[in-house]
Amino acid sequence: MSLSYSDLLAQTRASIRELSFDELKARLDAKEDFVLLDVREKEEFRAGYVPGAVNIPRGFLEMQIEGKIHDRSTKIVTMCAGGVRSALAAVTLKNMGYANVESANPGFVRWKDLGYPVTTPPQLTEAQRDRYSRHLLLPEVGEVGQAKLLQSKVLLIGAGGLGSPAGLYLAAAGVGTLGIVDADVVDASNLQRQILHATSRVGMAKVESAAKAIQDLNPDVKVVQHKERVTRENVDRLFSAYDVIVDGTDNFPTRYLVNDASVFLGKPVVHGSIFRFDGQVTTFMPPKAAKTFGLKAGPCYRCLYAEPPPPHLAPSCQEAGVLGILPGIIGVVQATEAIKLLLGRGEPLVGRLLTYDSLRMKFRELKLRPDPRCAVCSEHATVTDYQDYEGFCSL
Amino acid sequence: MSISVRIPTPLRTLTAGQDEVTAEGTTVAEVVADLEARFPGVRDRLLDEKGVRRFVNLFLGDEDIRFLEGLSTSVKPGETLTIVPAIAGG
Repeated sequence: MSLSYSDLLAQTRASIRELSFDELKARLDAKEDFVLLDVREKEEFRAGYVPGAVNIPRGFLEMQIEGKIHDRSTKIVTMCAGGVRSALAAVTLKNMGYANVESANPGFVRWKDLGYPVTTPPQLTEAQRDRYSRHLLLPEVGEVGQAKLLQSKVLLIGAGGLGSPAGLYLAAAGVGTLGIVDADVVDASNLQRQILHATSRVGMAKVESAAKAIQDLNPDVKVVQHKERVTRENVDRLFSAYDVIVDGTDNFPTRYLVNDASVFLGKPVVHGSIFRFDGQVTTFMPPKAAKTFGLKAGPCYRCLYAEPPPPHLAPSCQEAGVLGILPGIIGVVQATEAIKLLLGRGEPLVGRLLTYDSLRMKFRELKLRPDPRCAVCSEHATVTDYQDYEGFCSL
Repeated sequence: MSISVRIPTPLRTLTAGQDEVTAEGTTVAEVVADLEARFPGVRDRLLDEKGVRRFVNLFLGDEDIRFLEGLSTSVKPGETLTIVPAIAGG
């Protein structure tokens, strides 16, 4: 027996429950627990949707629904432009065993005409949707997350061993603005580990060499070149324009300065440090920044190491050597932490020190706690302004 | 009572390159004293006259002994003491 379209539609409508806008609006306002499933095509969805709606185009419904909604008893309201595709989708879902499915009738076009709430996703260009497609497939990133990354600003302290892999991955991920602070020039001895640079750029300023590599990798990224050292005079200016600081410097005075600025200005610092075959990573989330990031505040660098080692006990990589791959691992963990903070996803290393031993190939996690007598971030703080860090570290 | 102690790279010159050693003691202070007996010079790298140096942390398991009972923290056989010094390389 053949079935005309109008017969099919009539049968479909008769076999499901349709939901009026009044009911839908009331449920949304009451924040009832249900999934509003928009089955229109991606382009239609991008032009605007009901806030909170999840999009699976009807053509992909059978393939993708189980990935998004596991529980067959979940309350689902399907929606499309006019109420037809959503009714057909509701039947499909019913046949797949979803027991609580309704179809909104009419659909989105009328919803919008009535002036009900509508939202539009951030607009990515066609090229961006292609470039970041593997991110867009992750519900934890998606178009909203990718747009966040594109609007984010990260400051890399140092374009060396740690800053190189961190910078490349942050750029590849589409972090929109990358500031790089480094006063050095590329030296041939850097190339064993500093993968932002190249043999053809030996002698060039590291910030310029880094900008070239990043522009070639991802032209979406704006690189801000700060060809200077971080000092107590310029640190406020440098930090103020950025959301997250990635500390990959190579000396103690800068690490203490970065820490104090982080506490004073309320900027999270993703800390990485390396020595020979060992690395340490953690995320310092000062109280002033915790609220912005929706996280709990944690200890600072001075809570962990109240004072720097005297210079004779603190050989640098230049003196002691470093395995070239080691900063690759640590820098990429730092980039991961920065991306998580920017996306507001996952559990950052706040209050946790991750140590890495490349020879034993062991990662270990140690608990860090705020020091109630910390000189900079406790109630009893004695350091309330920048100090002489070179002097502090050469005692 | 013996526990294992993880030696960080900068201190391995004192332990003939060993990255993990065993030491005896019922408290962290005793363990450090035993380390000093076996590997002269270690104590000075870990402690000063006021206690644990400010650029080194001693973790028993995953806890910093400063938040336990410091050098008086008692240790049980099979536990691991990890020495974590500040490092600055980048």
